Amino acid sequence: MNYKLDFTPVLDGLPSLLTACLGTLFLSLCGMALAIVIGIGGVVLRDSRIKQLRWLVMAFVELIRNTPFLVQIYFIYFALPLLGVRLDPTPTAIIALGINGGAYAIEIIRGGVQSISKGQIEAGLALGLHKAQVFRLIVLRPALRAIFPSLTSQFVLLTLTTSVASAISAYELTSVAQRIESDSFRSFEVYGTVTLFYLVISWLMMRFFGLISGRYFSYPVK
Amino acid sequence: MGANEFLFLLIGLKWTIALSVIGFVGGGVFGLGVALARTSGIPLLERVTSGYIAIFQGTPLLMQLFVVYYGLALIGLKLDSWVAVSIGFTLHASAYLGEIWRGSIEAVPKGQTEAAKALSLNYVSRMKDVILPQAIRISLPATIGFLVQLIKGTSLAAIVGFTELARAGNIISNQIFQPLLVFGIVGALYFVMCWPLSLVGARLERQFAAATR
Repeated sequence: MNYKLDFTPVLDGLPSLLTACLGTLFLSLCGMALAIVIGIGGVVLRDSRIKQLRWLVMAFVELIRNTPFLVQIYFIYFALPLLGVRLDPTPTAIIALGINGGAYAIEIIRGGVQSISKGQIEAGLALGLHKAQVFRLIVLRPALRAIFPSLTSQFVLLTLTTSVASAISAYELTSVAQRIESDSFRSFEVYGTVTLFYLVISWLMMRFFGLISGRYFSYPVK
Repeated sequence: MGANEFLFLLIGLKWTIALSVIGFVGGGVFGLGVALARTSGIPLLERVTSGYIAIFQGTPLLMQLFVVYYGLALIGLKLDSWVAVSIGFTLHASAYLGEIWRGSIEAVPKGQTEAAKALSLNYVSRMKDVILPQAIRISLPATIGFLVQLIKGTSLAAIVGFTELARAGNIISNQIFQPLLVFGIVGALYFVMCWPLSLVGARLERQFAAATR
């Protein structure tokens, strides 16, 4: 073993790697936003009266949850142009991330909605609360609290998944790392450093979500 | 798409299954070690394994594969790419399964451990005959859920350059210029593997929820 670690290419590429972290965050945030929209829409359709719609949402959820994200992103990447939509890799990746995260969000949000019992709502109305108050205090807040842990860990997973978007060369950390690696052949140094970056990003996200949870959802249950 | 192309996909499928099995079995063996160390009551062991789990759960699988792949070459091990990738998946799976099984071991009521101690069972017998049989039952839905995640995760070996199902699909799609057809079939093959497992996992979860209600 006479290999010497050489971090100069990593140090030289540090500014572009740090900027690429913003790209990763951008992908994650947009993907999360789209996932929430799909999640809420999906829950509404999932419990609609039209049987076909319910069936469609269930099929969507099963299909997305049982195929790899890599195959999904390739499929979307090639399918969009056929639909007449020409998009850059980065917006394409956001759509793929949103669709993937959305399928998981549907299941999570649905669980939260189901966790609110009818009796609670009736009790709130009986106590003379407004409908708006009932919704805010008895439906929304407990439901959000119930789904918050699983939803946020799903978001951290989504952030880690953004690295797969490098397969269609969207702008994010992994694709920038791959470029530096192919220029310098310092594979281990580059990927090792970037792995640390991801670790910091996901740790910061968990801390952030933990703070929110402590601030808004720390009221006593019983 | 002709028979030859489809056959090529099936060869890729064979490697996907092989990688999943190796990752799951290897990850199961080491994961049990991680779970036992994590619940051992020895502070140093618990600290080390919880760090190990945090690293694997806080970084992308793709990066883990890259680092293991190039790291092994760096320390002078000249390995076939499938061996390197298998090691990567084994490490990944051991961290996730270790965390799942830690939770299951801790979910077994304390009274069971105390009763086993009162009967003066030693550690091995206490784990093997009392705790683990109950923990396995508790962990089954999450374990199957992770197996599905692992099968899907093996697709990332494609980015490292290993020809399994996803990369076989990529190669064929570049040859016959019908990406939608090829990736549709590739997706369907993954679905056929994962969906039955997901259904079994969901059913076990419902049964378990009904049993503990």
